[in-house]
Amino acid sequence: MGLKIIVLAKQVPDTRNVGPDAMTPEGTVNRSALPAIFNPEDLNALEQALRLKDANPGSTVTVITMGPPRAAEVIRESLYRGADGGYLLTDRAFAGADTLATSYALATAIRKIGVPDVILGGRQAIDGDTAQVGPQVAQKLGLPQVTYVEEILKCADGKMTVKRHIDGGVETVEAPLPLVLTVNGSAAPCRPRNAKLVMKYKRAMVPMEMPAEGLAYADDYEKKPYLTLGQLTTADVDADLAQCGLSGSPTKVKAVQNIVFKAKESKVLTAADADVEGLIQELLANHTIG
Amino acid sequence: MANYYSDIPELKYHLENPMMKRIVELKERDFRDKDEFDYAPVDYADAMDSYDKTLEIVGDITANVIAPNAEGVDAEGPHHHDGRVDYASGTVENLDAMVKAGMNGMTMPRKYNGLNFPITPYTMCAEVVAAADAGFGNIWSLQDCIETLYEFGDEDQHSRFIPRVCAGETMSMDLTEPDAGSDLQSVMLKATFDEANNCWRLNGVKRFITNGDADIHLVLARSEEGTKDGRGLSMFIYDKRDGGVDVRRIENKMGIHGSPTCELVYKNAKAELCGSRKLGLIKYVMALMNGARLGIAAQSVGLSQAAYNEALAYAKDRKQFGKEIINFPAVYDMLATMKAKLDAGRALLYQTSRYVDIYKALDDIARERKLTPEERAEQKKYAKLADSFTPLAKGMNSEYANQNAYDSIQVHGGSGFMLEYACQRIYRDARITSIYEGTTQLQTVAAIRYVTNGAYIATIREFEAVPTAPEFEGYMTRIKEMANKFDACTNAVKEMNNQELHDFVARRLMEMAADTIMCHLLLQDATRRPDLFAKSLDVYVNYAEAEVEKHFNFIRKFTPDQLVNYRQVEAVAAAE
Repeated sequence: MGLKIIVLAKQVPDTRNVGPDAMTPEGTVNRSALPAIFNPEDLNALEQALRLKDANPGSTVTVITMGPPRAAEVIRESLYRGADGGYLLTDRAFAGADTLATSYALATAIRKIGVPDVILGGRQAIDGDTAQVGPQVAQKLGLPQVTYVEEILKCADGKMTVKRHIDGGVETVEAPLPLVLTVNGSAAPCRPRNAKLVMKYKRAMVPMEMPAEGLAYADDYEKKPYLTLGQLTTADVDADLAQCGLSGSPTKVKAVQNIVFKAKESKVLTAADADVEGLIQELLANHTIG
Repeated sequence: MANYYSDIPELKYHLENPMMKRIVELKERDFRDKDEFDYAPVDYADAMDSYDKTLEIVGDITANVIAPNAEGVDAEGPHHHDGRVDYASGTVENLDAMVKAGMNGMTMPRKYNGLNFPITPYTMCAEVVAAADAGFGNIWSLQDCIETLYEFGDEDQHSRFIPRVCAGETMSMDLTEPDAGSDLQSVMLKATFDEANNCWRLNGVKRFITNGDADIHLVLARSEEGTKDGRGLSMFIYDKRDGGVDVRRIENKMGIHGSPTCELVYKNAKAELCGSRKLGLIKYVMALMNGARLGIAAQSVGLSQAAYNEALAYAKDRKQFGKEIINFPAVYDMLATMKAKLDAGRALLYQTSRYVDIYKALDDIARERKLTPEERAEQKKYAKLADSFTPLAKGMNSEYANQNAYDSIQVHGGSGFMLEYACQRIYRDARITSIYEGTTQLQTVAAIRYVTNGAYIATIREFEAVPTAPEFEGYMTRIKEMANKFDACTNAVKEMNNQELHDFVARRLMEMAADTIMCHLLLQDATRRPDLFAKSLDVYVNYAEAEVEKHFNFIRKFTPDQLVNYRQVEAVAAAE
């Protein structure tokens, strides 16, 4: 029997290639200088979801993301790789959310859509690096959770066996469905986009992305319902506005500081064995290596 | 993120060539698939956008999977055991990524799960892949054997084999034998009809078979007992699922290590006839080879690009005498010439692929309905252009790939001779391109007929009428002068009426034609996109003009009595 699978994914600024203009003078992220990308570990999560689908015919993979209309790109990228559909949570009232308000919004949307058999997400996003959203969603839905997942080994009889990546090794655990998994970057990389799926879904959009008039290929949207992606507002998911967005976010950024490395002292080493040996001992002693 | 397609704007420029309008029209036929297949285009812009997006996927896989694996694949190579071949582990990953991305059977009709792509965007994918790993390029590009099965096989064969190729099964073309290399008429692999089982049986040995443990093989074999020439050969389909063919060994090669080159032993292997008996070599293998030659031209351009990229990056980085070596005229001369040969060769490649596209699409339409007289004329015109351009594209690009690989190492200096740098792999990989699928010398044999029958000069004269940007008119004058010299040499050689001399200078005549044609193509490209091609136009015309001049001098002064000084042995009578 097929599984119902939800993947939580986020569009993030590509912090891996930061240039000198990455921050504004005010200390906020300069989003125009950083390309928006599919959060890398969410792609690992998507791959695990697609493998579950491949192994369990009849399964469906639905992607949920929260963000401005352009974040629908994350849903399209998922469809190009084999996901079946997706929802964009988009509403001004969702904006400015910290992890608590984000997980509230996601959990509320999942309840509205229907709690699936498996919820997967990346371990953490490369913009916030908190690793909180997956666990908080599990908590709010009252589901068990397995974090740092590297591989799903088995899924049968309402149970799942999962390999976790932990400090110094791997751990294999079993958990009952439904359950939440957060996937580690060491898991298998996501499969490439598929040419046919790209051709099929390249014009898929959420209603908010569609221009008021003069939509190119307008009649396509009537004939092909799969081209209209799910879009959910706070009202659509019956969200409590006090728990959404800025008003639902107790986290406040007090200050953002640039880290500047200033060498206080320097040491000149020669290529002599004694110097190299000394350096290795020092690095071992302060746990830089080893 | 790096992308081997979108990082090279010249590729998109060639994709957007105005001839694509006609090609898409012929290939999509009023976009009749649009209601039946959710991935079929609804109009021209949609089709072009799909090609672009597909190339982007291939460029992404190439940059992020194939390129990082290339060094490991080169070192590991394929493995041989129990008559079978296992690809290098990186090759398995590469193939898996390409299959998952749906990049197999790209040119096949949608009813067989293909993408129904024209040859041109498919050829671009082949170029892009080869730039990262030419050996993997072979395994993946052998999917174009399916074109021949599609053209000459029956409907039952189409429905059995094409969907398998679209799903990612690989192919091989089993032609060469120990005593039949360039001379395929000597093929001896024996095909006998097994009355009891109503099938053909193959017995014998094939050698140097690229991807010889493929799932589906096209095999050239002698079906007519007692014959000795090409007319006794037929083409067969061997399905690995039926068994009967073992890999006896994998060759230990200088380059393209990822691509297993196999010796095959056929032991009463079950096979089925493709097309009609006796047409194996004279019709089907010729078609197969034309497709494969275009593929090698694409592989060569990919290698040229890779050689240039490596040299450019090194020259920008390496400092000597207090500055980056790219600032030295002796170095930038090499780099500029590499880039010019790359741009000129690529222009020739895609001009050829567009000619192939038009006539092949018309051929395909002719299987459905009678062509109009205009369409028949168009088909004939482009088939002839494709036939005349293919040996030039293969011959020149494979030579340029070698020249660029050589210069790439030269730019690297001593480091280039060390195995740590990619330029040495490119150099080894490039070496085969001017040998397999017909050596440059055999491309010359194919091309020389279009020198003497006036086909090239006629095409060149047509190019002379193509409007040029005013600032480039000076080039047109120079290129016309090159054409005049080519024409004068052709006539001079014809007037000598000496077959040996004619064969002796054929390579020079072919190069004169190709140099002149590539100058015209670059002139057209620079007129449309001076930002991309103006420099290469200048550099290439300088280079090609000097080449033409060199050949002109040689041919003009050459007399038949000099041949004796070139002959290394006494002349022998032609073999019977």
